[in-house]
Amino acid sequence: MGFIDNIMQKVNGSAKVACKKCSHEETLSNLEQHDYICPECGNYFRLDARARIKYITDRNSFKELDKGLVSKDFLEFPNYQDKLEKARKDTGEDDAVVCGTATIADNECAIFVMNSKFIMASMGSVVGEKITRLFEYATEHQLPVVGFTASGGARMQEGVISLMQMAKVSGAVKNHSNAGLLYVTVLTDPTTGGVTASFAMQGDIILAEPKALVGFAGRRVVEQTTKSKLPDNFQKAEFLLEHGFVDAIVPRPELRDTIAELLTIHKRSV
Amino acid sequence: MNSYVKLKTARKNGRPTGGAYVENIFEYPIELHGDRRFGDDLAIMGGVGFLEGRPVTFLAMEKGTDLESRLVRNFGCPKPEGYRKALRLMKQAEKFHRPVICFVDTLGAYPGADAEERGQGQAIAESIMEMMGLKTPVISVVIGEGGSGGALALASANKVMILENAVYSVISPEGCASILWKESSQENVAKAAECLHITAQDMKNFGVAEEVIPEEFENFPQMCHSMKQLLIKTVDELSALSEEELLNQRYQRFRKFGIFEEKKGGIFKKK
Repeated sequence: MGFIDNIMQKVNGSAKVACKKCSHEETLSNLEQHDYICPECGNYFRLDARARIKYITDRNSFKELDKGLVSKDFLEFPNYQDKLEKARKDTGEDDAVVCGTATIADNECAIFVMNSKFIMASMGSVVGEKITRLFEYATEHQLPVVGFTASGGARMQEGVISLMQMAKVSGAVKNHSNAGLLYVTVLTDPTTGGVTASFAMQGDIILAEPKALVGFAGRRVVEQTTKSKLPDNFQKAEFLLEHGFVDAIVPRPELRDTIAELLTIHKRSV
Repeated sequence: MNSYVKLKTARKNGRPTGGAYVENIFEYPIELHGDRRFGDDLAIMGGVGFLEGRPVTFLAMEKGTDLESRLVRNFGCPKPEGYRKALRLMKQAEKFHRPVICFVDTLGAYPGADAEERGQGQAIAESIMEMMGLKTPVISVVIGEGGSGGALALASANKVMILENAVYSVISPEGCASILWKESSQENVAKAAECLHITAQDMKNFGVAEEVIPEEFENFPQMCHSMKQLLIKTVDELSALSEEELLNQRYQRFRKFGIFEEKKGGIFKKK
């Protein structure tokens, strides 16, 4: 059951899971059939990278790239090594993003999926390097990129080197864009900080899942700065749509078809 | 001087702010206002002028020098319209083939509800991405605080310089302390500043800045004169590159950042 985000809890050790919002209990296979949306209250479960890839790409089409890049605690930052080891153990992943190539309804693409279960999918050297390499690969092989973002922002445990990843990835996105290739981002809950302020917002087309939290500054900081009550939908996907920062909010059951159509529309005639 | 003292020094009242460098370094600067979309953010001033006869575009984050001007300048915390003004002027510089010189000094991009509404993240993302592809030389000088993404939005440059007591960080030490230790007491902030490695010397070691510029505020015109000579030399070096070389130099400059290990096939596997 490790492949679904910790928003789900094991119920009595059985294959049932409980919705964090309404506590409704559901078997895992039922939930899968319900697109990981609570059948009772409509709450979207967070998906980790592997579950998302399985959900969105054609069966057995995913080929992973750049597995084995591992973060280093080069600043000897308090608790970073422990955090890394725990995250690796909990997720079975090397770091917070999984990259590769796949087909989506027979459309070839490069794909990255961030994993909020791994230190809130914060971006350090490894995340920056893997996404940069993916864009370089996609540019070289003339592939569109589909990216699922989720992140707490830059990984402070790697200091200014994490900040530099924002420019590093952006450079690779720019080259990919200059080559006339499509980049679709799907903003998932939660996408914040340095990831919002770089590749999450650099897509040609920016989609979002309903109610996903997307913003630059954290809500608490904004509240302190603004000294007034923020609207309930503040920094939600619907708020971004209203203000013109996402192209469309796509319900999860329609996501795969929507991405497939976008890839088809942008296919180049040979 | 430890990191915390440097942080305090970088933020000290009376330290020269962006506008002072513009005044002392460029001949006949003309300020150009507005993002042509929403408004004019005075936390970033921009314009054109000459650098020893060479036409340039300048961008300077300005914190203000007294309470009144600090309020007008929003304490140097830019809003989306500030970044969009900066980008407009950078694209203009590209059109007219003149170098861009940026002075960076901000606690960070403004974290207000209005800034979020108008797409703070998008504005910074676009600025960084367009800077990475800008077909004209870009030089950034961190003169005080290089606060996170809000600073990088004007520092995705071919060369980065930093004043000896300026700092550059992924997160403010206060923010870091409150995440790590739930409380940003002075002691915790000092510890966080140490952990984050934010000093000019750290930047030189990481390659995040190519040059550390000595501070001689008691003789500011002389200091600006030296900085001007360094800027002229750098502008001329970068102007000698072809467009392709220039873009490649900037790409490679950022491409190299990243400290990690690579293990074939990955070491961590699911049970």
